[in-house]
Formats: sequence, structure tokens, C-alpha cells
Amino acid sequence: MTLPIAPKPALRRFHQASWDEPVIFELSTPGERGVLVTPIEPGVRDAVGDVVSDLPAGLRRDVPPALPEMGQQRVLKHYLRLSQENLGADLNVDIGQGTCTMKYSPKINDQLIGVPQLTAMHPLQDPADAQGVLEITWNLERMLAEISGMDEVSLHTQGGSAAIWANVAMIRAYHEANGEGEQRREVITTIFSHPSNAAAAKAAGYDVITIFPDAEGYPDLAALKAALSPRTAAIMVTNPEDTGIYNPAIREWVDAAHRVGALASYDQANANGILGITRARDAGFDVCHFNLHKTFSTPHACGGPGAGANAVSAALAPFLPGPRVVREVDASGEVRFDVREAGPQSIGAVAPFHGVVPNIVRAYSWIMALGAEGLLAAAEIAVLNNNYLLKKVTDIPGASAPYAEGRRRIEQVRYSWQELFEETGISSEEIGVRLSDFGMHYWTSHHPYVVPQPFTLEPTESYSMAEIDEYVAALAEVAREARETPEVVRTAPHNQTVHHTHHDDLDDPERWAITWRAYRRKYFGESPARRAAQRLESTAATASESAA
Amino acid sequence: MLALVVNPVAGVGGPAGLAGSDGAAVQVEAAERGARPQAGERARVALEVVAAHLRRSSSADGVDASRDRARVAGRPGTALRAASTGRLPVVLTAAGAMGEDAVRAAGLEPRVVYRPSVADHATSAAATTAADTTAAVRALVDAGATLVLFAGGDGTARDVAAGLSEAGRGTATGSSADGRNGSGGTSVPHADVVVDDSGMSPRSSYRASVPTAWGGRPGAVAVAALGIPAGVKMYSPVFAVSPRAAGALAAAWSAASGSDGALPVQEREVLDIDEAAMRRARVEPRLYGTMPVPYRAGRTQSRKAATPVTEQAAVAGAARGAAMAMRPGIRYLLGPGGTMAELARELGVAKTPLGVDVVLDGRVVRAGASEHELVDEISRGPAKAVVSVIGGQGFLLGRGNQQLSARVLRLLDDDPLMVVAPEQKLIDLGGRPLLVDTGDPLVDARLAGFARVITGPSTTSLYPVHAPDAEPSEP
Amino acid sequence: MTDTFVHPYIPNTAPATKQAMLDAVGAASIDEFYADVPADLRLGRALDLPAPLVAEQDLAGHVRGLLGKNRSTVERLSFLGHGTYHHYVPAVVDEVINRSEFLTAYAGEPYEDHGRFQALFQYQSLMAELLAMDVVNVPTYDGYQATATGLSMAGRMTGRRRVLVASDVLPAKLSKVTDFVRVHLDLEFVPTVNGTADASAVAARLDDDVAAVWVETPSVTGALETRLRELADAAHAAGAVLVVGTDPIGYGVLTPPAEQGADIVCGDIQSLGLHQWFGGAHGGFIAVNDDPKFIMEMPSRLFGLATTDVPGEVGFGDVAYDRTSFAHREEGKEWVGTAAALWGIAAGVYLALMGPQGMRELGELLLARTRYAQQRLAAIPGVALGDGALHLREFTVDLAGAGLTAHGVVESLRRQGIEPGVVVGEHRLLVCVTEMTGQAAIDRLAAAIGALAEASTLNTTQEDRA
Repeated sequence: MTLPIAPKPALRRFHQASWDEPVIFELSTPGERGVLVTPIEPGVRDAVGDVVSDLPAGLRRDVPPALPEMGQQRVLKHYLRLSQENLGADLNVDIGQGTCTMKYSPKINDQLIGVPQLTAMHPLQDPADAQGVLEITWNLERMLAEISGMDEVSLHTQGGSAAIWANVAMIRAYHEANGEGEQRREVITTIFSHPSNAAAAKAAGYDVITIFPDAEGYPDLAALKAALSPRTAAIMVTNPEDTGIYNPAIREWVDAAHRVGALASYDQANANGILGITRARDAGFDVCHFNLHKTFSTPHACGGPGAGANAVSAALAPFLPGPRVVREVDASGEVRFDVREAGPQSIGAVAPFHGVVPNIVRAYSWIMALGAEGLLAAAEIAVLNNNYLLKKVTDIPGASAPYAEGRRRIEQVRYSWQELFEETGISSEEIGVRLSDFGMHYWTSHHPYVVPQPFTLEPTESYSMAEIDEYVAALAEVAREARETPEVVRTAPHNQTVHHTHHDDLDDPERWAITWRAYRRKYFGESPARRAAQRLESTAATASESAA
Repeated sequence: MLALVVNPVAGVGGPAGLAGSDGAAVQVEAAERGARPQAGERARVALEVVAAHLRRSSSADGVDASRDRARVAGRPGTALRAASTGRLPVVLTAAGAMGEDAVRAAGLEPRVVYRPSVADHATSAAATTAADTTAAVRALVDAGATLVLFAGGDGTARDVAAGLSEAGRGTATGSSADGRNGSGGTSVPHADVVVDDSGMSPRSSYRASVPTAWGGRPGAVAVAALGIPAGVKMYSPVFAVSPRAAGALAAAWSAASGSDGALPVQEREVLDIDEAAMRRARVEPRLYGTMPVPYRAGRTQSRKAATPVTEQAAVAGAARGAAMAMRPGIRYLLGPGGTMAELARELGVAKTPLGVDVVLDGRVVRAGASEHELVDEISRGPAKAVVSVIGGQGFLLGRGNQQLSARVLRLLDDDPLMVVAPEQKLIDLGGRPLLVDTGDPLVDARLAGFARVITGPSTTSLYPVHAPDAEPSEP
Repeated sequence: MTDTFVHPYIPNTAPATKQAMLDAVGAASIDEFYADVPADLRLGRALDLPAPLVAEQDLAGHVRGLLGKNRSTVERLSFLGHGTYHHYVPAVVDEVINRSEFLTAYAGEPYEDHGRFQALFQYQSLMAELLAMDVVNVPTYDGYQATATGLSMAGRMTGRRRVLVASDVLPAKLSKVTDFVRVHLDLEFVPTVNGTADASAVAARLDDDVAAVWVETPSVTGALETRLRELADAAHAAGAVLVVGTDPIGYGVLTPPAEQGADIVCGDIQSLGLHQWFGGAHGGFIAVNDDPKFIMEMPSRLFGLATTDVPGEVGFGDVAYDRTSFAHREEGKEWVGTAAALWGIAAGVYLALMGPQGMRELGELLLARTRYAQQRLAAIPGVALGDGALHLREFTVDLAGAGLTAHGVVESLRRQGIEPGVVVGEHRLLVCVTEMTGQAAIDRLAAAIGALAEASTLNTTQEDRA
């Protein structure tokens, strides 16, 4: 063969990295060190003596932990190899993790948070020494107040579900402060709202009432009205819901809740398509939260840290978590930022100090890079991308988008492979696994599956038309395979780091292995003490050899 | 071990517009209208999926050799069980059109353990009887079946449930075997059971989804069953959505059994409709029993779910929520069905599968109560009827629990019903309302509106309830 | 958005692309997609936000300018702890967690995200060795949440409400825990004696309605609990669960709580390779024995080993996926969400680099420096140690005898570029030393406080004379 190079085939010939890397404990070599610890100064040693020998017997560890012993580069290499065996947003067309808003996390923001002026800041330093980070925090709070229409914002929580918890904790404190804590024992949510709303409400002691969609697929207002009573503490809803359907009667929902004295809490996890279009406060909500790791671009980091922002009306502001960042202007007009402890009605600390600060700086930077017009553009393009994707996906035979048939969607859609499943017996999960062979991924849905054989796609504003087309082409190819060569799908993955994995051992207490230590004990009869002792002996042997 | 039984005449009445295939007269009429039995064909489609899957897993070659990598056996140290490699399996079945033909057509090896009494079974499919299905299922179970695939409709499901029941593996009030397959003829079957001489004992490879290791509920030993949809009526939630879907599930069952695992099962209702009534345009599905039906917890695990719940766990959760809502001094009239059975388990009381049992302060005070007995119980103190959603149509009352009559409900207070169901049952209604049909429009009207359905501990759903007979009829 | 708006983060803002996509779906404008948003809920104006810095260099200049106003613990000599600790972060840790591949992965299956599963399984396993327990979760948000959850688990398992708080707890952590558990649990405080638990008082208050005894070691003041075994035995005799909140940093030399009878061990991993980040880099661990009764109450993810179709291949998946079905009680069940996975990977890399020898050396160093700092400060006339307990990393000093307030010391020393510690009482200062505060730094702190004490004594003497 000579040049020119043949054209690329329509579908990418992908293969995931597969280093076949052992579990790290198998890489241990006695005597190797990954990093050394600064020595105890002679002066300190002289002054304090042998602190380990002086420990009370019960407090002195007899057998050292059986951690691996590895040279530095081997540790690095091991983890970089593992890093390659992932398909994050920076690698794949990450539109398949619907509800999670896998948008681009700009690299500059990662650089900005890595400077010692942030990494080496202690939260209890003199506020005079922390003016930069306090200013950024305060500014981001004000920006999110404007974006939500709310009065006050707290950035303390570490993820979306943590923010939902803070919402319900504030609602609980509010009713208690009004003497209605005992009376209001119920929280109402919808089946298409994020399940953490129900879970957090339950954890806070509430009974949860779930509303189903009406015949058209919209949240059922009549059912809500039947559920509301003086026992209702709050409605906690997502809008648009995880189907991408915006509840056009959202104002009526909020008003109905208010009429019985309940609060209205808005899970804005799905806010990406409505930034600058409509705001929580304008629909009458009392409290809402954003996920900074979704809508405001901070990376998902293998499952956190994320960051949550809780925004409230003035009536709920006294209940916000503390401490609070405040802005003060002195007589000379000089601006100074300070930290105030939580007030008496506050729900107190929900997390250490001021929240996930690196993500606060990232989100601030993202908004500053876009401005009002950019945020609106992000929303509108996310919605354009989604409706484009909706058209393309529903053109694939066997795929459909149940509920609110024929209507436009906001920023995501919960699709269904039910027709394809009936035709081929290939489930949505199997299609998802096969899709990974093309370097892509999708997620099905929360349980229970309201949409049968579901898959949830959310293209955000970050992916180009060409990338969306590529994703759809791969989906269509897997659907074709399901009909023509179903075994290829059923036995997938074929081009992944590992092959079909057997889950049986994971559900059996006798067989599961949650740590290497438990695995060695269950399957090889090793006692942890013996392992460590062996390691100690070999270390000593190595040491004496090298000494000799 | 996988087993198949086909009701050869299932579905013939549908295309012929006969609203079912029960009864010899209907079957004859269908044949005269040119209907061809579809059940065997559908069973073949299902089994082909199984065959393809098992061929793949017993083969060392990748399906996509150009892309798939050959791997040598790996490092020592990972000693969890290795993958199973199954040989092409034998499928237990009944002779001829009752399964053998379909097994063979799918490229699998049949082991016939039952022959219907009629001599020319292979050619005269329509001559098999409902009793044949029941007897065949018994023989399949005796021969070591762990999953019985059956091709047919609701009538067939009743017969299978009866077979499992006779074998001690299910509950049923008796098969539809008051005649020919479906209902019709009168011949008493003579089972010609071929005893499997392989020495294999029946293996209870399925474990209920709750292991017992730390004091969970004991895993019952039962043979599971799964319907390949091939009938006209399929109101029972025991059928896969399609023959291929049934095949995929059966393949997963075989793979799991082969690797010493198992799929979880769920006790599901067997419903049937009086076809004679249906042909008079009345849809009245009744509950005839339950059978354990396997389901797949999933090829993948749903990693974002806040509270991932399998079907079994969801039913248990709903039952627990109901148990927690019960108050002392109140008589609870527990209706029939799988969810009510789970509630009884939760309460630690015995439940008649199809009856209405009265529970007071954690004890059954009347089992299998008649309407008259219920009226008597209600007269002794405050009472509440506890019901679940029956079948796919969403009936709360009037189908399978007729003891909870209008007369009974009239005697209960303003809030006469405790409705218990996992969320999935409501989801499966696809937006349709719950239904009540007590026969008394006034009672029905009182129940219509929204029901608070207990879906778990401290969770409920507000769901619309319609009373079809209480609403103004179309002009 | 205006037609001419194009942004590097949003490829399809290009006008021709936008039009092509609209044409493909048969829409005249993007506004059509918002048909369900009622007109009276539309904002109808531009958001009032600062003018954007669309060029990357302008954005970078702006943010760096703001952060440049900070004076970090690189520039200040810091003895601050109280929940966030200044430990050395090896370069390899930062290298690994800054990889795009880890940073932007999220919720893929164990096939396409195999590396994430393995890295987190290894985190669980490395922590398990350090803590001598068989089960550790994928990190939850932070040590506060881990402890709140650990106590809730004990409540669900026992069906009881009372929790005996045997140690002095970080106030913010106590605030979080209290609000989180108050529907299901009642916290009762058993006053400490000389910095640690009053074991006999705890035993006296134990009864068959106690869900858990909650011990913190090191406590908020850095005091190490020496009678854990006794507390465990007493708790177990009453059918209660021993929940130990801890910082794992010392277990290279200290006996892990599990080996002294702890049932649930929980805490924060910030010390293990995470920067201080203004208190914004915390992750919580919960460790238990390999006992389904405990595991089934854990709300967090647990990754486990699995085989694949290829012999020798290491696979992973979620253990006990359907945990809700086994729960003893459902009240107060929690959720799984985005929490702190990347911090777990960081802690895993840290432990792999440190190895058994590194953790041992670090533990010894922390004990030595703590004692040294205690000696130096207690040597100042009028300054006394807050208690007689054994301490790791943190301890309090009482400045009353020297006529100093804690606030006064902090204000004075800040002027010298020193953060001497956290004010925890009028005369009480909480001082923290780590491997980052060497002998010279401790000597400087002692000298500075000594000088203040001397000046104060001098003033007092002069006042007495006057």
C-alpha cells in the first residue's frame, strides 16, 4: 500500500486502552519507597525521646498496615494507565449521561485553581489574607442570585443531593420556627423529579407523596391539589423534569402549595436549558439549588467533588447554612470581605467551612468567561442541540421518546428502546454496553424505569453538530446489530478495557470482595496480620541484605 | 434446567376475531376460518435466541475476531470464579407440537418427558387438552426443570400454574382444564411421563432475591415460569413483551444457572377472563393464582439510582409501608394477590392466596372469608379493606376480590380502602387510572377521585381512580 | 443570543451550523423549543451579570489578580488545623488527579470506566489496610457526613434513639451531625475528663435504648482516646454500636480503632494528600467489618472485585447494589450522589506513595513534633497545656496564667506573619503542628508567644507597682 491514505470508514474504529494492570497490592516490592518523609530534627528527638515506644501499649500499632511498597514512577505509571482506561467528557462525545449535563470544563479553570494562593489557603486564616477567595465566593453568590432571581445564596454543599438536603433542612427549620414543625409532615414530589428529593425528604423525617404524570405526560396538577393539605411542608420538584418536559403549569403548582402554607422547592439540576430564559423566583419558588458541576461547568471528577448552590427568598435567608461571607464598605469607601458565623436560625454547618472552593472558583470563572449573553447562548444551543438530537434519534427504527409525544423538549430527553426490545430481545442496557465499543456511553434511567427500556441523552451546548451526528450514527449501528447480529450486542463489550463482567459475586455476602484485604482473606485464607508480618519480614530481609 | 411447553392451539381465536381460543367449538370455528396456530412458531423464535446465546458462550472465538483480542490466561491471584462454558443444552419438553417440534426447529436438543394422550399428537395439535398442559408441566418439574417456558395466553398460564401447583411449586385454584386446551373437551389426560435417567435431581438453582445469610426472609424453592406471548388474552403479568425478549431472559437464566448463580424471581399474578363474557363485551379478568417469574436485575447496574430497587424489593417495601400504616384494633380485610401475600409475610401471618383474610392486631381472625363473613367481621369493630392493583388493567376492586363487595364497602367508614402497590405497578399503567367496579355505581362513585397508594415505608403516591360504571355512559 | 455571538465553549453558535440544525428539525427559531415556558415566566431581559472576559488571557488575568490578594500558608507561618490540615502533597498525587481522564470521567460502566473503578477499589483497599477493616466506602462528602451517616446506621441497625457522645467534637461537625440525625437520634453529651472520654460515666449511662457510643480520636483538641477497648466492651454489653470518628493520618503508628473494638470507623481524608484549598477539599470515609448487617446500612457506593469472560482479567462492579431490600429499617435512609470520588483517588495515590514505612515515619514525626510543641509552649511562664492527654497534631494551651487572651495572641502574631492557632476559648488556643511546621517554626511560635507573655507579665507587674 502506498499513499494516499484510504478514507476513514463511517464509524470510528475505536479500542479502549487496556493495560491489564494488576491491583496495586500485586505491584509491591519490599523496600521500595514512593516518597520520603522529612526527618525528625535531632533537636526535637533529643527533646521528646522515642515517642512511639512511649505510647501506651494498647495504642501502639503492632503490625504495620499492609500498604504496597513501590517506587515513585511505578505508582505514577500505574495510575496513569488507569486514567487511560476511562471515557470522560474530555475524550468521548459525552452526551449519553443525561440529567448530568456533561459539558466542557474549560482547562484554564483547572489551571486557575491550582495556584498556591488557593491550594495553600487555610479556611481559618485572617480574612484580611483571604480577600481574593472571599471576593470570588461573594461574587458568585450574587451572580447565582441574579440567575435564579433569589435573594440570598449559599455555596456550602458539595453536590446536588447535598444541596437538596440543605433545601429540605431549611424547609424543616422554617416550619419549626413558625411552630408548624409537628403539623407539616409531608413532602410532595413527582415521579420524574430527581429521586434524591424524595430520599432527602425521607432522611429529614418526612413522608413523601409522589405525583405521576397526567395522560399527556405533564405533571398532574389535579393530583397535586388532591395531595396538598395543611400537613404539606413543601413541594420539591425538578423542572424541566428528567424527560426534558417543562411543566407549563409550574406557577399554578407553586401557588397551590403556597395556598396551603407549604413552601416550594425547586431542584434546578436541569437548569442548563433555561439560563436567562426563566428563573425560579419568577415562578414563585421559595428555595432552589443549582449543581455547579452540571450547569456551571465544574468537572464531574469520577463522581465528585461537585458543588451545590442553595438560593433562597428573603424569608428563608435566616435559615441558610453558615458561616456566611459578607461584604463591607467602610467610611472611606474601601471594600472588605469578611466571614460571619451562622445566625441563630441557621441550619448550621452542612459541610466544612465554605464549600468546595476549587469548584466555586471554577464556576465563577466560567460565568465570567461567558457573561449574560454567553449564558443565554449556552442555554439556547443546549436546547437546539437537544431537539436536533431528538429528531435524529427518533429517526432510528426502534427508538422513541415517550410522553408529550410530538412536543418540543428543553435540554434532555428520556428515550425508549421498547420497540427494539420487543423486536429483538436486546435490552437498553445491552445496547449501552455495546455502544462503549464505539468509544461512547449512555445511561439508562433512575429506578424504577418509568420509561421502558430507557436511555437518557443530554447534549448540552458543548458538542458540535458533527459530534452529535457521530453519536447518533453509532447508536443506529448498534440498533442495526441488535436486529442483524444480536449476539455481537449481547456479548459486548469487545473493544473495551475488560470483557463482560460477572456480577453474581457482588451480591453474595459470602463471596463479595469489597477490598483487597477481604479478598485475600476470603479466597486465600490470609489473615491481615500474617500478610503484614510477611511483608515486614521481607522488608527486614531486604534491609539487612542492603546493609550487608 | 430449561423446559418448554407449547399450547399448540393458543392464539388461534385472535386472528379469527373470536376473543380467545378456549373451548373446542371456538377452536374448530377458528380452524374453519383459516386460522393457523402461532404458538409453536413463537416458541421457536424464543428458543433461537437461547440457542444463539449458548452457542456463543460455549465457543472460544470472539464474534468479532478482527477486533476482539485473544488473551492468554492471566496472572495468578484473581481467583473468583471463571466464566462458565456451557455445552449446547438439552431442553425438557413435551412431544410434538407441545414443544418438541419447536425445540428441534430452534436447533436445540429436546428431551421429551411427556406425551399427550391423543395418539396422533404430532399432527393433530388441536386435540391436546388443557389438562395436557398441566400434566406436562408436572412432568417437566419432576424431570428437573427450573424454568418452564410456556407459549400461549392467559388460559395456558392458568394451566401452567395448575401444573406447578400440583407439583408443589405454585398456587392456583385449578387449571382451565375443564376441557380442551383452553376449555371445552372432556377427555381426561393420560400422562406418559418419561423419567429422566441421567440421575440428575431437580435442581433448585434459583434463589429468591433475598439471601438468608443474615436473617433475611428464607429463599423459597420453586420452579419459575415465563410466558412466551402467543395467546389472544394476555392480562397476566407473566409474559415477556415478545418471543425474543422471552428468549433473552431464558438465555440469561441458563447462563446464570450455568455459572451457579441465578436470576431473581417475582411472584406474579395469573389472570384470566371468562371468554364467554368477553365475547359479550365484558372484560372481567379474574385472579386464578400466582407463579414465580424471573426477571433480570440488569446486565449493568444502575449506578446513579439513589435508591435502586429490584422488583422484589419494591414489593417488599410497599408491604412494609402498609404494615407500618396498620393500627391496633382495626380489622384489615386483606385481598388476594402477590403484594398482599408479601404483606402477610411482613405481618407474619398465613395468607390464603386467593381469598380475603381478616387480620386484627397481627393475627388472622378469619381466613378465606366470604362476603357474608366479612359483613359479620365488620360488625364487630372498625375495619378497612386492603387491596392492591390487580393485573395490568389497574383494577382495585371487582376483579378477583369480589368478596369485597359493594355491600362490604358500604359498611366501611369514609376511608374504606388501603391501597398498596409498588410504584412500578402504577408506572405500568402507562398513565391510565386505577379502576373500581363493585357493581354499585354509588359505592364506585364514592371511591373515585384520587387514591393514596402506599408504595413503601413513608412513601405514597396520589393516583387517579375511575369508576367506569359510575360514569355517564356514552350516548 | 445575538446572531453574531460565537464562543469557544459553544461550537454550534456558528450561524450556518445553527441554521442547518434548525432546518433539520423543522423549526423556524430556537424560541419554538420553549413553547411550554409561559410568557409571563420569561425573564424578557438580559441577566444583570458582569461584562464577560471572553479572551482566555483576560479571564486568567482577572482571576489570578483576585487570587493574588490572598496571602497563603506558604507566605504565612500557620499553626491552623481545626478540621483542615496543612500536610505535604506529593507531586504525583496532583499529577494523577489533574489528569483530564480522571477529572472529566463520571458515571460510565465498569467497561469504559474501568480505571475509575479500579482506582476507587484500590482507595477502599488501601484505606482498609490503614484502618484494619475489611470494608471502606467510595468517599462521601466529608468527615461530617461520614459521621452523621455512621451514627444513622447505628440507629437503623439497633432501632434505638440514644447516642452517647463521649468525646469533645469539632463544633461545626457537631452542628452538621445534630441537624442531620435529629429526627431519628437523640445526642447526649457525657463530659470528658482531662481531654478524653469518661469511660465509667459512659458505662453508667449505657442502657438497652442506646444506639451508639460516639468517640472522636483524635478529639477536637487532638487528644487520643486511650480507653477505646473499655468503651467498646461497655457499648457492646448494652447492645450498642461503637462509632469512632477519626483522622487516619496517625495509623502508621497508632492502633486502628477496629482493633480496639470499634464497629463503625469514620472520618475525613483531607489529611491524606489533599491541599487545604480554603477548606474546600474534604472527603468522608466509613469503614466497617465484612458483616452484611453493617454493609446493608451503608448508603455509599462500594466497588468490588469481579471476574470477566477472560481468565485473569480483573473486573469491578457495585457490591450489594440492591441494599434497600435488606435494610433493617427504612427510616432515614440516605441517598447516593456526586460526592468526593476524585479525593478518594488522591488519598489512594498518597497511601501508595507513602507505603507502610512512610505512614509509620509520618505518624512518629507528628507525635514527636506535637510533644515538642507542647513542651516549648508549656515552658512559657503562665502558659499551660489544656489537658494531660496524649495528643496527635493538635493540642490546646491555656494562656490565662500569662495574662493573655487567645484573640490577643492571634491578633499580635498575625502582625508578625504567624497564624498561631484557632481561638477555642477566651484564653484557650488550639495549636496544630504537622510535617510542614518544623522545629524552627515551632521555636519561632514559642518565642513569639513567650515574648507576648513576658510583655504581659511586665505590664501586669508595672500596673501592680503603679
